[in-house]
Amino acid sequence: MTKSELKELIAPLSPNLNLVEEGSEFLIVEVQPSELHQVAKQLRDHSKLAFDYLFSLTGVDYGTELGVVYHLESTKTGAMISLKVKTADRENPNFDSVFDLWPAAEYNESEAYDFYGIRFNNHPNLRRLFMDEDWKGWPMRKDYSDDFNMLVR
Amino acid sequence: MEQQTFLADKIRTQEYFLNMGPQHPATHGVMRMVLKLDGEIIRNIDPVLGYIHRSIEKMCEHDNYKQIIHLTDRLDYLSAHMNNEAVALLVEKASGIEVSDRIKVIRTMMSELTRIASHTLWWGVMGMDTGALTTFMYAFRDRELINDIMEETCGARLTMNYSVIGGVRYDLHENFVKRVKDFIVHFKKKLPEYDRLLSDNVIFRKRTEGIGYITKEEAIAFGLNGPTGRASGFACDIRKLKPYSAYDRVEFQEVMATEGDAFARYKVRILEMWESLRILEQLVDQIPEGEHRVKTKAVIKLPVGEYLQRVETARGDFGVYVISDGGSSPYRLKFRSPGFANLHGLNKMSIGYKIADLIVNFSTIDVVVPDMDR
Repeated sequence: MTKSELKELIAPLSPNLNLVEEGSEFLIVEVQPSELHQVAKQLRDHSKLAFDYLFSLTGVDYGTELGVVYHLESTKTGAMISLKVKTADRENPNFDSVFDLWPAAEYNESEAYDFYGIRFNNHPNLRRLFMDEDWKGWPMRKDYSDDFNMLVR
Repeated sequence: MEQQTFLADKIRTQEYFLNMGPQHPATHGVMRMVLKLDGEIIRNIDPVLGYIHRSIEKMCEHDNYKQIIHLTDRLDYLSAHMNNEAVALLVEKASGIEVSDRIKVIRTMMSELTRIASHTLWWGVMGMDTGALTTFMYAFRDRELINDIMEETCGARLTMNYSVIGGVRYDLHENFVKRVKDFIVHFKKKLPEYDRLLSDNVIFRKRTEGIGYITKEEAIAFGLNGPTGRASGFACDIRKLKPYSAYDRVEFQEVMATEGDAFARYKVRILEMWESLRILEQLVDQIPEGEHRVKTKAVIKLPVGEYLQRVETARGDFGVYVISDGGSSPYRLKFRSPGFANLHGLNKMSIGYKIADLIVNFSTIDVVVPDMDR
C-alpha cells in the first residue's frame, strides 16, 4: 500500500490526526494523547488496515517535548506506519497504554518509562526494567546529567 | 480419644516466589527471572533485565555513524555481522551510497555463515539445557571452522566489525572460497549427525514436544519474530519480506512450522541451517569482481528525517531506527531487538508448565542477553 492510499484510509479515523508524508519512508500519523488509545484500536481493528503487529515502541526526547513512536505493521498487507504521540508536559508525561491491544507493548512501555519517565496509564506492571529500582532521573533524556557514569563530548 | 485425621489433608499449598538467575547457567548470561510458583508449576514470570545494560543507544547519540557500527557487535554478539550490516545499510540508504554487487554478495555470505555459527551454538546449548552435554562439544567443533573463516577475512572471530559504510572493511582472503566450500561439504555430513544425536532422542522429544505452545495469532500479538515466530506459522522472514543485499537473487525457502511448540522452534532452526548452506552454495562460485569498499566522505551526515532498516539476524527481525537532525550523529537511535520482542512470548509459553519446561522454552527462543539489555 502506498502512503497516499494509507492516508485515505486513516484520515477518517479522527479529525484531529496530522498525517505527514515527508521525512520518512513510512506514513507518519500524529495523534493527540487523548485520542491515542481510540485511534490505535481503530488502526488494529480496521478491516483494510489491520495493523496487528507492533514492530517497535520508541521513547523520544524532542527537546521541549517527550513522545513515543509506535511502528505498526500489518501482517496481512505488509504496510507499515509510524504512529506518533507527543506531550509538552515534562514533569508528568503520561499516555494511555496500548498493552490491551498489543501485548508486545508490555516490556517496551516499561522501557520507555525506565529511560524517559513516560508513564502509561492502565499498564499492568510499569516498573524500572533495566535500571536499578531506586535510580534517580531518566537517563535517556537529553537534559539528564550524571557526573560519574557519563562521558560527554 | 480425639479422632485422628490424615495429616496430608491439613497441609495447605500456597504460591511462592523463586528467584532464578542472574548467574544461573540456564539463563544464558546474566538475566534474572522472578518466578511465581505453585509447587513446581509456573504461574507468572517477571523478567528483571539490565544486568548487562550499557545504554548503547545513548552512546550512539554521541558517536558519528562510522563509530556506531562497532557498538552493534556488542548487542547480539552471535549475529554480529548482521547487526553491523543493518547500520551500514541504513546509512547507505539514507545518504544514497550505492554499493557494488561484490559487496552485497560478500555481506550475504558472511550473514549466512554467522547464522550457521549462531544456530550451531544454539543447538549445543539447547542440548545442554535439556541434559545432553555432548551436543555442546559437537557444536563447538563445527562452529570453530566458521570462526576460522571469519578470522582469516575479518581479523576477528566473534565481534567482526566487518561491514562498514559503503562496503566491507577488508577484501576476501584468498583462502575464503576454498574454505567455505570445504565447510559446506563438511557441514552437510554433520547436520544429519546432529539429527541422529539429538533430534530423534526420545528423552529430548518428550522434553520438547507439546511444550510451550503458542498460536500464530498470539505470536503476532506478542511481537514474536525470527525462528520463534516462524515455528508458529507466522511468516516473518525479512530476507523474504523486504530483501536486502543479495537475498533477492538467491533461492531459498522460508522455513516454517505450524505446531508452535518447543520442538517446532527446534526444527525450524535446524532446517534454517540447511537453507543457509543452500544460499552459500549458490553464491560461493559466483562472487562478482569489483571493489570491496566504496569511497565515502570522512564525516557522514544524514539528511533530516527518520530512517528504519530491518535485517534478519539469527534471532529474528532486528531493526535500527534513526531520527536525524542533519548532524553527524543520530538525534535518537533505537535498536529494535529481536530477543527483547521474543521475551514477551515467554510468559505465554510457560504459564501452567513446570520449571524444567521454562528452561526448554527459554532455550528455544534463543536468548542472547546483551541483545535484550542493549
